[in-house]
Amino acid sequence: MPTTSHSTPRLTLGPILYHWSREQVFDFYAEMLETPVSVIYLGETICSKRRLLRPEDYWELAERVAAAGKDPVISTLALIEADSELKTLQRICADERFLIEANDLAGLDFLEGRPFVTGHSINLYNQRTLAFLAARGLKRWVLPVELGRETAAALIQTRPDGVECELFAYGRLPLAYSARCFTAYNRNLSKDDCQFCCGDYPDGLLISTQEAMPFLALNGIQTQSATTHNLLSVLPEVTQMGVELLRISPQSTHTADIVRVFADTLAGKLTAADGTAQLRAWCPNTLSDGYWTGKAGIATA
Amino acid sequence: MELVCPAGNLPMLKAAVDHGANAVYIGFRDDTNARHFAGLNFNDKQIREGLHYAHDRKVKVFVAINTYAQPNGWERWTAAVDRAVDLGVDAIILADMGVLDYAANRYPQVNLHLSVQGSATNPAAIRFMHRHFGIKRVVVPRVLSLAQVAHLIEETPVPVEIFGFGSLCVMVEGRCLLSSYACGQSPNTYGACSPAAHVEWRDTPKGQETRLGGVLIERRSLDEPAGYPTLCKGRYDVAGELRHAIEEPTSLNTLDILPGILAAGVSAIKIEGRQRSTRYVAQVAQVWREAIDACQRNPDAFRPKDSWHQILAQVSEGAQTTIGPYHRPWH
Repeated sequence: MPTTSHSTPRLTLGPILYHWSREQVFDFYAEMLETPVSVIYLGETICSKRRLLRPEDYWELAERVAAAGKDPVISTLALIEADSELKTLQRICADERFLIEANDLAGLDFLEGRPFVTGHSINLYNQRTLAFLAARGLKRWVLPVELGRETAAALIQTRPDGVECELFAYGRLPLAYSARCFTAYNRNLSKDDCQFCCGDYPDGLLISTQEAMPFLALNGIQTQSATTHNLLSVLPEVTQMGVELLRISPQSTHTADIVRVFADTLAGKLTAADGTAQLRAWCPNTLSDGYWTGKAGIATA
Repeated sequence: MELVCPAGNLPMLKAAVDHGANAVYIGFRDDTNARHFAGLNFNDKQIREGLHYAHDRKVKVFVAINTYAQPNGWERWTAAVDRAVDLGVDAIILADMGVLDYAANRYPQVNLHLSVQGSATNPAAIRFMHRHFGIKRVVVPRVLSLAQVAHLIEETPVPVEIFGFGSLCVMVEGRCLLSSYACGQSPNTYGACSPAAHVEWRDTPKGQETRLGGVLIERRSLDEPAGYPTLCKGRYDVAGELRHAIEEPTSLNTLDILPGILAAGVSAIKIEGRQRSTRYVAQVAQVWREAIDACQRNPDAFRPKDSWHQILAQVSEGAQTTIGPYHRPWH
């Protein structure tokens, strides 16, 4: 088979998964506009009670992102239960200025027939699902995080023209969603009276095993890994595979530094080993990459 | 309201039929279903016998093909759909959009149900699945309150099935990767949460330890009961305090809210537990049959009998039961 050369993947910035203050969010994006990310996802994806920023604020940020020469994408709630949540989603999807990322099946209902992105929480596991969604307008999909290189390569080989593949390349892994708010639960608060206590944990609330191994991070209704998934060491492989985009999931500190490590490594200015050493120092606990090689997500190659 | 009972083998199927099920759900012996356990599930001969037994008694049989296919192995899922259709089952329970697309196009006359693993929790999601795949029923994840279930039923033309009894998934089904994070295999990719090959039990001086993929997910004193080893029901350190950080080792029992379930317009109530015993399904089916009949006769006067609760408590996993997400304070 002839070797095809692929262009270097672009870097994207995933939506902020945590409940940061309004000021912190605006400061964060002002800083991110100066980084070499090409695409910025904007929006609340975890909890509908978090309303420090409204859809109007995210649209305004999207305008700024576009003015800075980057591509904004509006990202949407991952779990839609309440009628009010559905109405907000419908309102967001009615705006056609920006590309939108669906994270709940409900988004597909509203976005069908125009270009859209599916996030990692939409279960796109095989070529038939990919072709089905492409026929409905899918322009880009984020690979579900538990899938690895074998499935990524097979999907990329058989994908319809014009559909891009994005990998979750750096960040605490989004592992599960629930009706229960685990942050409030562990503060002995009810979800209806949560006092926005998730705001106290800018990178999630760490839970450790009974032998003191950091295991998971609770972020409202979402459960994340305590380890930070990191694909820096496989950038040549994913480039050769034809992956177009690599997502960096925001953390409360060092996100701009992390973006630069990825950009410099992609550009050949930094070795993966040196870059990984830096990421190890900046991540909240430790690094992992097991999902990529078909192992447990917590594992490292 | 239909009573839908689990069967992991032929004796369980017959017991469910004999004790009041309106429908029984089963799976094939591979990773195409979400109870992919050694020694469990059906070959074609057993399914034919089960179908015969059930249909003779006016009971339906559904086959769950409700895991997610990847490119390597895709044919296993389409072959499973072909088999289910050839066998003449009453409905196929699917989750994967690709498999749904295959089944809906290839067999437009076959009844397709959207599995709980399909993660549809709102009218728009169900509308999308109905529009493209003509689903005849949706099994909703255990995240909605009873009021939300009632509202959903008003908003969707698709009949709604809910879980009424059995193990309680705390996470939205179909979107929980906790198991594969610890051990590499999840319900979506392998058809089981905490597959037995990755679970270790060990008695130590500090207590009985349970590990999943080597990760310590629980350490309990030897007199505490051990349930199914899901990592969401273990005890962890949260800011220096040892606690059930996600959920207690509890299981679901909605008997007390049965009149509300009926009034909401729920079309079918599902019992979890294909991996459980013949005795389990016989006892649970009988209690729920009696309860549903009593509730339908006179919902206002419905009171669960003490004997029903006693029987259900004996077969419940864990020391306690909960109404779970149907009751808002659980959230």
